[in-house]
Amino acid sequence: MYSGSSEMKPNQRKRIIDIIEKYSCITGPVNIMEVCGTHTMSISRSGLRTVLPGNISLLSGPGCPVCVTSQADVDMALELSDEKDVIITSYGDLLRVPGSRQGDSLFRRKAEGSDVRAVYSPVDALEIAEKNSDKEVVFLGVGFETTAPGTAACILDAAEKRIDNFSVLCLLKRTEPALRALIEADDFNVSGFICPGHVAVITGWKRFSFLAEEYGLPGVVSGFEPDDILCAVAELMKMIKDGKPEVKNEYTRLVRPQGNPAALRIMEEIFDTCSSRWRGLGIIENSGYRLKEKYAGFDAYRKFSLKRGDDKEIGGCRCGQIIRGVERPKDCPLFGNRCTPAEPVGPCMVSSEGACAAAYMYE
Amino acid sequence: MSDVMNDRIITLDYGSGGMKTSELIESVFLPAFDNEYLRGLGDGAVLDIPDGAGRPVFSTDSFVVSPWRFPGGDIGKLAVCGTVNDVSMAGGVPAYLSLSLIIEEGFLFEDLKSVAASIASEAKKAGVAVVTGDTKVVERGKGDGIYINTAGIGFAAFDIPGKKSVRPGDSVILSGSPGRHGAAVMMARAGLLAENSALKSDCMALDKMARSALEAGKGGIRILRDPTRGGAATTLSEFVEGTDMSIEIDENLIHVDPEVSAACAILGLDPLYCACEGRMLAICDRDAAPDVIKAIRKIPGGEGAAEIGKVTGGAPGKVFLKTAVGGSRILQKLAGMQLPRIC
Repeated sequence: MYSGSSEMKPNQRKRIIDIIEKYSCITGPVNIMEVCGTHTMSISRSGLRTVLPGNISLLSGPGCPVCVTSQADVDMALELSDEKDVIITSYGDLLRVPGSRQGDSLFRRKAEGSDVRAVYSPVDALEIAEKNSDKEVVFLGVGFETTAPGTAACILDAAEKRIDNFSVLCLLKRTEPALRALIEADDFNVSGFICPGHVAVITGWKRFSFLAEEYGLPGVVSGFEPDDILCAVAELMKMIKDGKPEVKNEYTRLVRPQGNPAALRIMEEIFDTCSSRWRGLGIIENSGYRLKEKYAGFDAYRKFSLKRGDDKEIGGCRCGQIIRGVERPKDCPLFGNRCTPAEPVGPCMVSSEGACAAAYMYE
Repeated sequence: MSDVMNDRIITLDYGSGGMKTSELIESVFLPAFDNEYLRGLGDGAVLDIPDGAGRPVFSTDSFVVSPWRFPGGDIGKLAVCGTVNDVSMAGGVPAYLSLSLIIEEGFLFEDLKSVAASIASEAKKAGVAVVTGDTKVVERGKGDGIYINTAGIGFAAFDIPGKKSVRPGDSVILSGSPGRHGAAVMMARAGLLAENSALKSDCMALDKMARSALEAGKGGIRILRDPTRGGAATTLSEFVEGTDMSIEIDENLIHVDPEVSAACAILGLDPLYCACEGRMLAICDRDAAPDVIKAIRKIPGGEGAAEIGKVTGGAPGKVFLKTAVGGSRILQKLAGMQLPRIC
């Protein structure tokens, strides 16, 4: 219906908002969830909530890679940073995620002498490894199907070049099992999903068909411009109003039904699926990636014989509930007073893609 | 390997205060900055106050940018512009600069010369004299090539009343695309900048632009700032922080250069939070605004000057952004470090 365009003229936009408003009069209050940090940011930055009718709530689900990383995994990375002759490389967002000890973070450990470096991609981490052959370089692999292919390609590259001082602490996660866990939870209260465009570029949009086929929920794969999201909301509202759930693709500029075969192939080569621990959702079967036996030498977990400790939730922090969309950032008692982007308590306030940071900075 | 080590480098000797330090001063700094105050090589410069000069305006800034040479400038140019701009934004006409360098052992002599040359050239353009200075050398690994501190003295030519004078209906004026410096440095640091890229730092001295704007404003300019670290959003927040006023700016009125937008999209940054080093933000009486904008546009680097919003009442201390899709959101100060060490 509205597919394809990334930017609309004001009168086109007005028409779509009017349509959404009309639908919302029929449907009554509706919760719509996005599960991608980039959507979270785009919605908050564009002030989209303020142009939508008041009875449509846009909720942020488990879509921010930093936020869903379990506390035990964060603590494990912190422990690893203390090892002698180890260089920790990570996406910048992860550096300030608090450890379970108050005041602890990779950023803090760096100030205390650990060698922690922010990189833009695992390729940078591999380069650091090549230049520091006397050190062990560990890349903290977080993210979803979006960052998994790049990480996989890097591991393959390291294997071909026989760079044996490089490894990945693989905390990568899969979207589909988390969505299923979310939907099957008792407190699930969402009528439709804005599906993650970047993930769908890799997996293909058909991968989200289960939402409609198995759970009777509509989903629209959306791009990241505010107008893309507006179109996705319009599509979702129409399907909710008509009671005809389907999964559709609005992000036709980039997303194909079957995804990116080259990326999927390389992920298949490097990773097995495994159970994975999510903040707020607990352990979910098949929801993570781990390195195949053949590449065990590049698996930091095995290389350093790491042990995953218990998940110690941070007192008062509601990140777990916020990630599931059960509570809003402003419901958290710490929001805006003890927990701010400058002094974050929970990960949702740290990551620029976190629901709390977005709400604090923009709303 | 060659028998001769051709590249002259800075060693710890050059910071000893002895013969090597003198050599550095005489071979690099004196020829670059030559003026009557510096020539005496005393412990301090005894300065003249120009006839009819206003009260002294004094400011200082340190520069630790990495990489020290970036598209559109280097740390030397930045060190002059940064302090000249601070003095200018306070209504002063910059006159004198001090220059302190902390150099890491191993820094190339030729590079130091090129930094000195940019300092000299920028200082000349802005009409300031480097009148006193200092050099220290730190061991390799204890610096990042070169750090610079400058302090500047100017003399007040304009009275800028400050944020207490801001009132509803005032215009908010920005002199050009936000975010160029921050985006250029971050892209250079990430090694993502193509050689012929249009993305260059906006680093420039704003003395002439400030003077033109203040003259054209005829007392109507309430407050003037160059939005450096924290970007335009942070400066706007500071304008109304602790006052009864709020600001509403309109995304449709802010022209962000496409190369800045593209860089920010790649790096995950917001142009409104990226540093500028050659932009001016002003709040001014709405009646004076057209003349102020016209005056800024006549100065090179100010061609993109425009009104981007208005001062309003109602929500004390808050800045609102009307978004392109017609929504509204608040603009906060930058939290923590989005942009490490960009100036």
